[in-house]
Amino acid sequence: MNDMKLGITLIAAAVALAGCGEQKPAAKAEAKPAAAAPSVLEVKIGHVGPLTGGIAHLGKDNENGARLAVEEANAARTRIDGKEVKFTFLAEDDQADPKTGTTVAQKLVDAKVAGVVGHLNSGTSIPASPIYAQAGIPVISGSATNPKLTEQGFKSQFRVVGRDDQQGPAIASYLATTKKPKLVAVIDDATAYGEGIANEVEKTLKAANIKVLPREKGTDKTTDWKAVLTKLRGRRPDAVFYGGMDATGGPLLKQGRELGIKAVFSFGDGACTDEMTKLAGPAAEGLLCSQAGIPPQAADKRFLEAYKKRFNVDPILYAPFTYDAAKLLIAAMQKANSADPKRYLPELQKIDFTGATGKIAFDGKGDRKDAEMTIFTMQGGKLGPIAIVKGGKTMTYEEFIKGMK
Amino acid sequence: MDTFLQQLVNGLTAGSVYAVVALGYTMVYGIIQLINFAHGEVVMIGAMVAFTVINALAPGGLPPLVVVLVGTACAIPVCMLVGYSMERLAYRPLRGAPRLAPLITAIGVSILLQHLAMLVWSRNVLAFPQIIQNTTYTLAGASITSVQIAIIAVCIALMGGLALLVYRTQLGTAMRATAQNPHVAGLMGVDVNRVIAATFVIGAALGAVAGVLYGTYYGVAQYTMGSILGLKAFSAAVLGGIGNIPGAMLGGVLLGLVEALGAGYIGDLSDLCAYGWIADLMGEQCDGGHFILFGSNYQDVFAFLVLIVVLVFRPSGLLGERVGDRA
Amino acid sequence: MKFPAKVWIGTALVAATLIALPFALAYAGTAWVRIANFAILYILLALGLNIVVGFAGLLDLGYIAFYAVGAYAYALLASPHFDLHLPFWVILPIGAALAAFFGLLLGAPTLKLRGDYLAIVTLGFGEIVRIFLNNLSRPVNITNGPQGVAGIDPFRIDGFDFAQYQTLLGLQFSGPIKYYYLLLAVVIAVIVINLRLQNSRIGRAWEAIREDEIAASAMGINTRNVKLLAFAMGASFGGLAGGMFSAMQAFISPESFVLVESIMVVSMVVLGGMGNVWGVILGALLLSFVPEILRWTVEPLQDALFGRQLIDPEVIRMLIFGLALVLVMLFRPAGLLPSAVRKRELMGQAA
Repeated sequence: MNDMKLGITLIAAAVALAGCGEQKPAAKAEAKPAAAAPSVLEVKIGHVGPLTGGIAHLGKDNENGARLAVEEANAARTRIDGKEVKFTFLAEDDQADPKTGTTVAQKLVDAKVAGVVGHLNSGTSIPASPIYAQAGIPVISGSATNPKLTEQGFKSQFRVVGRDDQQGPAIASYLATTKKPKLVAVIDDATAYGEGIANEVEKTLKAANIKVLPREKGTDKTTDWKAVLTKLRGRRPDAVFYGGMDATGGPLLKQGRELGIKAVFSFGDGACTDEMTKLAGPAAEGLLCSQAGIPPQAADKRFLEAYKKRFNVDPILYAPFTYDAAKLLIAAMQKANSADPKRYLPELQKIDFTGATGKIAFDGKGDRKDAEMTIFTMQGGKLGPIAIVKGGKTMTYEEFIKGMK
Repeated sequence: MDTFLQQLVNGLTAGSVYAVVALGYTMVYGIIQLINFAHGEVVMIGAMVAFTVINALAPGGLPPLVVVLVGTACAIPVCMLVGYSMERLAYRPLRGAPRLAPLITAIGVSILLQHLAMLVWSRNVLAFPQIIQNTTYTLAGASITSVQIAIIAVCIALMGGLALLVYRTQLGTAMRATAQNPHVAGLMGVDVNRVIAATFVIGAALGAVAGVLYGTYYGVAQYTMGSILGLKAFSAAVLGGIGNIPGAMLGGVLLGLVEALGAGYIGDLSDLCAYGWIADLMGEQCDGGHFILFGSNYQDVFAFLVLIVVLVFRPSGLLGERVGDRA
Repeated sequence: MKFPAKVWIGTALVAATLIALPFALAYAGTAWVRIANFAILYILLALGLNIVVGFAGLLDLGYIAFYAVGAYAYALLASPHFDLHLPFWVILPIGAALAAFFGLLLGAPTLKLRGDYLAIVTLGFGEIVRIFLNNLSRPVNITNGPQGVAGIDPFRIDGFDFAQYQTLLGLQFSGPIKYYYLLLAVVIAVIVINLRLQNSRIGRAWEAIREDEIAASAMGINTRNVKLLAFAMGASFGGLAGGMFSAMQAFISPESFVLVESIMVVSMVVLGGMGNVWGVILGALLLSFVPEILRWTVEPLQDALFGRQLIDPEVIRMLIFGLALVLVMLFRPAGLLPSAVRKRELMGQAA
């Protein structure tokens, strides 16, 4: 009996669906004249980041950056091909989940966006990039640092943030040149990010003829680092590098000092936050850490003020980068005098642009040429920038600020 | 040698926390043969409540010990309430149902508690205010902090108290009677429902204490902390012999030691290049380097391995009696 | 058995609907086709787990491990990682067989364990598999660790590539639509296998050991072999689903195979009705569309009521899972669409 009922419902559904299918060409035909309406050109720009889940605050920060750029372009009455452009901003949530990442990428492709800013995580950016590539839609990430993202060979994939293999060497060479350690212990949290950056640090240190102990690992939930640290204490390293987030890095640092390890502790951008003082207490003093790009407080003043005015908060981490990413898309469209991805993609590839995060140009893979890295240290419970590393050269923060002006 | 001693100290402290959590599992299991999957979440809630109280009182200038005690005193009744409601709403209606039913409910309860806690306390890792002046003592090269000493002492005290309760009080007698045979205990005038509820409540109170110990020792708490801690404590309870109170203590401490020594030494032990003849075979691969099969990254595997090995080869655990039904 | 005409017409219409469905969905957006594809993948997983949990009564909390084994088998044999590019019709069976082998590996030592112990051991097994996948990047790089494997080949037969756009008979076939048909074919095959199994000798043997293992062995059932078969078969479906997931995503990493995923599949089976193929399918469909349903209901509702998102839809989803597990066990222990036998058993009436 039940099956029969089910059958009848499905018949109804089938009829309805068949109806939909037939309408398809008609609907398309209708859509076209609307888009081609004179004087106003509608251009959709998408953004993807996690708006729910553990790093939703960073997702929102990214989204705000891109949103600001789009709103500014609208306010400035940008013109392309003689028509005034109305940019619409489509924000999608990928929940930092690879499956959802591909689904929302498809949604943006369905919505015929002209370009995409995002995604936030490498884990969702990598599976999403073939979907954009197939549709020929340029996508610029402001925060995905995994080298693999641009190594896949998709012409439409770009990023304006430094790669792990740019950031890792930066903190490692700073450590090597200023602290001159003979033996370094490298620990990671067995995540794509943590292991990725730790590998790069290890490579750079070894290349500088510094001995590195066999890798120790925890997880992204580890709170008890004592066993690992006790083992390391016996080996007496001069410095420790941890690839991981502040939630695990804080306890690591605190327990390390409790066990009497005197080495310098250094971290990547995941643990380069003010949370470290709360999590590690006084043990956090003097830690070294790096962030990809230039620190938000060094970003263009005008951007910072506009952001604060619009969203009533300060940018957290990558907002200047997503702001620049959206600006780049729009700038390339203006140069090509077209919002058609096929036409403006070549302009994007050879663009030369100065944004909130400094000068931007892309190399053949879509990575930013000469991306800056910033080294921070913890003093009096606050993180402050002490040096900028760019193109293998290290300069102090003061020198850098002078150079920007 | 001092490294080895230090690992023993580490393992003993972590193991003591496992032991207190394991008591909660083993008491409930002993009495109604239910794996209370959500016990880890009770521990988490204990830590969270204590965090809120300690965080609020910390700037008040009270002596740190008082602050921590007040935090514990607030966490215990909250956890007891959670434990009681859990039993009353989710498990009691299923008593007598097939075994899988309450286990599935328990998983559901665990997911619910975790995400409710997340709504209350956010997703972030909460950092306990560092109010206790942690004095470090050095013994033969191993350092031990005052917090570590306190944790071990509290565990021993709890264990003693629990033994008194189970073997010297009327409630304890009723619990043991219910564990042996609930029907007969009921006939003898024991209010079985009350005894089972009491077991849950006591287990939850222990969980609250464990939560506070964990929080003050590691200095952090997060809504997800209960699941892995719970699984490890459950493994500890199984190792010692589930349903057996001294077994839970023994299992907890042993698991703590296995983890600390495992994470500390497995890398060196599985370094193929450390063995002369293998190193010769490997030739260039070694060349002054290492070829480590298993590093500290496998730390979390030990608890599960212990669990599987014990259940497969000696389901009654180290101290448990051999009971046909468990196999 | 002769079927009346009505049944034939019903079947034909269902078939027509399923065939027309992706085009209707694509009209609303190709993203919906992808969502439907993931729903079918979950149906596959839930049906595989149903063999172990529903038919044989063995609660497996580490089922996602088999999905992971299948996915990694595919990824390693068809990607630039080892520079191997075997065709999918070679790898999918390998993945399924490997998963079945892991099923035996898990099943063999745990044969004698009682239900709840078994559940915990399987949970541990699932975690161990994930930890190994996450760490087998050193000393020799096998799985590429947490970095995952990228650039996985799509399904491809000669020039027919499942990831490319194609126009056939005037219809636009996008990659997801092609995968839809493939998944549909596989899931129908798996449904048929499940239905046949249920009423076969083996199916009855599973039911017998689920009801009373001692009685079953007294009746001459080789409980060891029958249980192992359940593990192996359930696992092989998981492995198959994993292989297809790999090909569709083109990138996999261990974070796709966490404990929550196992629990999600268990929830689907429990909610829909353990042991009932149609119930399990319903459960899988319901739970895999929950995020989309929430997107259309809870998010606008919260915006309207509070002007912002007070509670993450993601959290609501998890709360719904938890609550569903508890409420189903309390009030409808046999699930939404109970199987006849299971209903009797779980309602506590004499079987």
